[in-house]
Amino acid sequence: MNDDVIYVDNNATTCIAPEVLQAMQPFLTRYYGNPSSIYPFSGPAAEAMRQAREALAELIGADGPDELIFTSGGSESNNAAILSALQTQIGRRKILSSVVEHPAVLNLCRSLQKRGYQVDYLSVDSRGRIDLDEAKALISEETAIVSLMAANNEIGNIYPIYELAELAHAKGALFHSDAVQSVGKVPLHLRDSQIDFLSISGHKLHAPKGIGALYRKRFVPFKPLIIGGHQEHGLRAGTENVAAIAGLGEAARMAMSDMAEEAIQLRRLRDRLESGLLSSCPDPKVNGDPSSRLPNTCNISFKYVEGEAILLRLYLAAKVCASSGSACTTGSLEPSHVLRAIGLDYKALHGSIRFSFSRYNTEADVDTILQALPPIIKDLRELSPFGRQ
Amino acid sequence: MWNYTDKVMDHFLKPRNIGVIEDAEAVGEVGNIVCGDAIKLYLKLSEDKKTIVKASFQTFGCASAIASASALTEILQGKTLLEAAALSNQDIADFLGELPEAKMHCSVMGMEAFQAAMQDLQKKFPELELPAAAHETQGEDRVVCHCFNVSEAKIREVIRANNLTSVEQITHYSKAGGGCGECIPEIEKILADALGKKAPATATAAGTKMNNLQKIKLIQELFDSVIRPSLQADGGDIELVDIDGDKVLVRLQGRCAACHSAEQTLRLWVEAKLHEKVSASIIVEEVR
Ligand code: FES
Repeated sequence: MNDDVIYVDNNATTCIAPEVLQAMQPFLTRYYGNPSSIYPFSGPAAEAMRQAREALAELIGADGPDELIFTSGGSESNNAAILSALQTQIGRRKILSSVVEHPAVLNLCRSLQKRGYQVDYLSVDSRGRIDLDEAKALISEETAIVSLMAANNEIGNIYPIYELAELAHAKGALFHSDAVQSVGKVPLHLRDSQIDFLSISGHKLHAPKGIGALYRKRFVPFKPLIIGGHQEHGLRAGTENVAAIAGLGEAARMAMSDMAEEAIQLRRLRDRLESGLLSSCPDPKVNGDPSSRLPNTCNISFKYVEGEAILLRLYLAAKVCASSGSACTTGSLEPSHVLRAIGLDYKALHGSIRFSFSRYNTEADVDTILQALPPIIKDLRELSPFGRQ
Repeated sequence: MWNYTDKVMDHFLKPRNIGVIEDAEAVGEVGNIVCGDAIKLYLKLSEDKKTIVKASFQTFGCASAIASASALTEILQGKTLLEAAALSNQDIADFLGELPEAKMHCSVMGMEAFQAAMQDLQKKFPELELPAAAHETQGEDRVVCHCFNVSEAKIREVIRANNLTSVEQITHYSKAGGGCGECIPEIEKILADALGKKAPATATAAGTKMNNLQKIKLIQELFDSVIRPSLQADGGDIELVDIDGDKVLVRLQGRCAACHSAEQTLRLWVEAKLHEKVSASIIVEEVR
């Protein structure tokens, strides 16, 4: 936490919770033993990992801790799941994903297309929803794996992963979900699901960056991405990042115990912001599916103004850290692929702002934004050659 | 992270000369809302239409687009049209101290707004003898980059005015190539031509006559730089056994060898690569 800023960009990354830091500390200092070693000095490290695995398994409703493989984060987990499926699903060379995936999956799919695999991408409607009938038509006996995110990082939509997993299994395909935005924010029930793989990232739920996990349903064939030592039962080589794993475990415990109340609080903050902006700014539009969204995410567009200009002003005026889907902020020259996929009107495409809350945000944060933002939008619209009668 | 100079921030937060000049003699508008930035420039001229007495603007865009437009109006005020015609986008960047390279297209857009204003002036006052733009634009006025509607003339102009030497720079200065990327080979050609060099060797099109030695060398290169790395990333490999005229003999290794269904797809894929880069008559055959 940092009181110098109003941090409302928690879908990008989160702060490390003080409890998490505390849980990590012993393994950065005293207990530096390698968890694979046999002497008792390494015992606490191995024990911390065991507990972390258990906490994480409970958080996602897995059948057991043995279904979790610690990795370096979401991107590695996505790569490991999808590339493994292509190896174990012999004879199947097709992948089904969606147009709104995070680049971690999207760019992997594109690179696989260059290597000769066929990838189909589920389309979305103007609210960002996929169509299960379209999915059904696209999954075939040639499909190796279907990969759909559990929730979208930009607009917050929650996707029907359980249903899609069943459609995948009906045709013998494996199913993977990039769930980095969902884990810790909404309950997951993997035990009785058909989900084979699910990616988890630590830094999205107040654990450190550089740690994550891959859920692999028991007995699902798996070929490791990182080959070497026998760590993680030979499924992911490399000496374990014990401190970060202990941190992830603590973050999972905290999320598990507070999720329900936290969701109520997050939704209240988000809705307060949203209704405030809708009534105080000209031509606003909320993006995504209001009926099925993460409780912490608000994606809103302002016509005729540009996102980078809004964000920069907002930061200078009130130290607000948020993000935008405009071309100038995506690091490329094109605006967000998600907002383009939902067919957002080009007048609003460059003026989208995403606010994403965490447990550390307060009503005062929201009120500061509600005070600072409307005059900025008004100012920039005055500057703009568009949007005048 | 934003990397703007104090001067950029100053002009972004307190833009000078905003708004419409109702009786402006010249109005120039460039960019559009689809692309994410646009400038509308208004110029009020002296009685004899030789000097810019007042300039104003409206901008839709990011911080550097706003600052560039603001700087442009400050630079233009008081200048004669002759002086103004000699300006380039670099003058806007210099005025602001510096612009991040990836944002240089904002300064280019500023200069284009001025050029558009000059065209508008000429249209309204055909009898006026306007100073020619300092530099003849060369190259055809055909659109090269469809994503951002960038013409060959504009690409050549940013190369010349800013001494650009790479495609990446051209993208930073003009946006061309920054979308789907399909136009990049074309930009490469224009750049090579502008720099007085031949197009890079990778542009060897299928069908160009090559002697046998060149062909073998090219095939070997392709195997090492493209084909094998792709397969290795998948846990497989391929060995180039022999080249016999148009026949390329290969042996599959690693996982590829064990995977029967992949075999056919793989052969076709390698063949397609070779058709594209070397010659359409190549046949790939597997030896065991
Ligand atoms: S045509 Fe130039 S980037 Fe798409």
